[in-house]
Amino acid sequence: MEPFQNFSGIVAPLDRANIDTDAIIPKQFLKSIKRSGFGPYLFDEWRYLDHGEPDMDCSQRPLNSEFILNDPRFSAAQILLARENFGCGSSREHAPWALADFGFRVILAPSFADIFFNNCFKNGILPIQLESDLIGVLFEKASGVAPLRISVDLPAQLLTLDDGNQIPFTVDVGNKQRLIEGLDDIGLTLQQADAIREYEARRKVEAPWVFV
Amino acid sequence: MGSKTLYDKLWDAHVVRVDETGTALLYIDRQLIHEVTSPQAFEGLRLAGRQPWRTSANLAVPDHNVPTAQSERASGIADPVARIQVAALGTNCASFGITEFAMGDVRQGIVHVIGPEQGFTLPGSTIVCGDSHTSTHGAFGALAFGIGTSEVEHVLATQCLIQRPSKTMLISVDGELGAGVTAKDIVLAIIGAIGTAGGTGYVIEFGGAAIQALSMEGRMTVCNMTIEAGARAGLIAVDEKTIDYMRGRPLAPTGELFEQAAASWRTLVSDAGAVFDRVVHLDAASIAPQVTWGTSPEMVLPIDGQVPDPAAEADPVKAASIRNALNYMGLTAGQPLAEIAVDKVFIGSCTNSRIEDLRAAAAVAAGRKVSKNIKLALVVPGSGLVKAQAEAEGLDQIFTAAGFEWREPGCSMCLAMNADRLEAGERCASTSNRNFEGRQGQGGRTHLVSPAMAVAAAVTGHFVDVRTL
Repeated sequence: MEPFQNFSGIVAPLDRANIDTDAIIPKQFLKSIKRSGFGPYLFDEWRYLDHGEPDMDCSQRPLNSEFILNDPRFSAAQILLARENFGCGSSREHAPWALADFGFRVILAPSFADIFFNNCFKNGILPIQLESDLIGVLFEKASGVAPLRISVDLPAQLLTLDDGNQIPFTVDVGNKQRLIEGLDDIGLTLQQADAIREYEARRKVEAPWVFV
Repeated sequence: MGSKTLYDKLWDAHVVRVDETGTALLYIDRQLIHEVTSPQAFEGLRLAGRQPWRTSANLAVPDHNVPTAQSERASGIADPVARIQVAALGTNCASFGITEFAMGDVRQGIVHVIGPEQGFTLPGSTIVCGDSHTSTHGAFGALAFGIGTSEVEHVLATQCLIQRPSKTMLISVDGELGAGVTAKDIVLAIIGAIGTAGGTGYVIEFGGAAIQALSMEGRMTVCNMTIEAGARAGLIAVDEKTIDYMRGRPLAPTGELFEQAAASWRTLVSDAGAVFDRVVHLDAASIAPQVTWGTSPEMVLPIDGQVPDPAAEADPVKAASIRNALNYMGLTAGQPLAEIAVDKVFIGSCTNSRIEDLRAAAAVAAGRKVSKNIKLALVVPGSGLVKAQAEAEGLDQIFTAAGFEWREPGCSMCLAMNADRLEAGERCASTSNRNFEGRQGQGGRTHLVSPAMAVAAAVTGHFVDVRTL
């Protein structure tokens, strides 16, 4: 995974609660055995007026002009702003794959579903939970004529709005370190191989039926 | 500190080590694998030159993409992309030495049906799968939750996951359920009460007399939809029903080892005096058959209810959600749920495709006919063994005589990755678990109900209280 670098990006306001992973990437695209190429199908049923299928050339498809990501102001957005319970439903990691492939690196919402939240950190996306009222203020600012731009400083855990206002945020220390260093979780865990083997030896005595 | 919740016991028994930040390496006893969320994990192993840590801890089955029509089973999967994905599961399992119940094997079925059926799901174990409905297995007093593909690879390679402990919630369903009210109605009522984010950050233990009175299959239905309440895992304490269910399962321990295991499993209950972070009580007697009306499982009401009015909702975000939902679902505020006509009916999914679900559905279907306005009524058993059992009991005959189609096992129209789906604007009474926009097909409109309520809708052509038939 690439290390997470500080950046300044445009905020796309997607004003809905309970955005589920079926909406983020519909099921027909889950038939792929690859990890890449999901960006063009992100929010497929909201973004296009026709029915999408894998391997379609999306540049030829009719766009839903009312969908926020089709507004030219947000075509290069790197920060997604949404309402509560973002990423609920299916555990499909294709959802963060699609968001990252589109270019999103930060998601701001009052709450996230657990599995999606966890999957983000495996894919270089920083989900930031902010107070509901603050999210409401950001929606107002992001829905103006000029798009809202926010600078994201992960080491300092600080968002800086283009009007100078600053918002501190919290992040789990382990997840923060993993993002900043772009660490390979499996490699790190395998450094604990001896501890895992010791655990297994102990458990084989306590619960031998697990290992039959 | 003496009293532990069931969750504490499961957590403590699986911690390999805890680092200075409080993050634990948690040992995973079992992993279930299906074709949709595993290919990239196997590819990752291959690219890194890694082997599975403990091959026998894994069991694989294709379910999401498989056709349920016998003709397509025989001729091979028509969709070339799906065919490649199902074939990839076979190739990956063969090359890494993982047991797979392939299409054509009578043990093939929905991953969350076959795990318990085979005794692969063990009380007291940690179980994961790249599928959010892994919460199902919590019915056995197992800590079971869905993970993403990166974590599937992590478990394959290390038999562990990096985890932080969850908060605990006890949902006690007190008293006795009324006649004609099922486990599905309990869990829909719970989601209606606490909301789809109500369980976020928690593991939920379900208790109370009404949960204890449920069969193991009913308990699986409740735990299955824990994820729809926002919690990754649901739990139910082990009792003699759990032990009896396990006895004689193909992959369960046998003989002396079974009795040793059973003695250990009987300790898998929350201690008296154990403290939960949140406790919720529901009165079982007040629960009526439930029907969802919107595009989130929390948008649910008893069958005698009416479609809500967004104008009556004070919270502007919630009001907008209701407006969106009514628009998508083609419903108007104030409409009685019992007047909503249905186009298709789906009985199946990891929520409601076990033998008791099919018996409950057949009991309503017996001697009745599917209404003329219903374009398609599907019964999709959860596994080949469920199908065989149902056929031995003559349930397939009851369904086909009533006008239902009797299919091969798989996830089918729950998520419509195969050919079973809704067309735009079609309305479905479904025993599945998600009523999201497009879930059963783009533009399709899903109403979640119990198996008995789905059959009641099929034979009358609209939603109706099954207790009045």
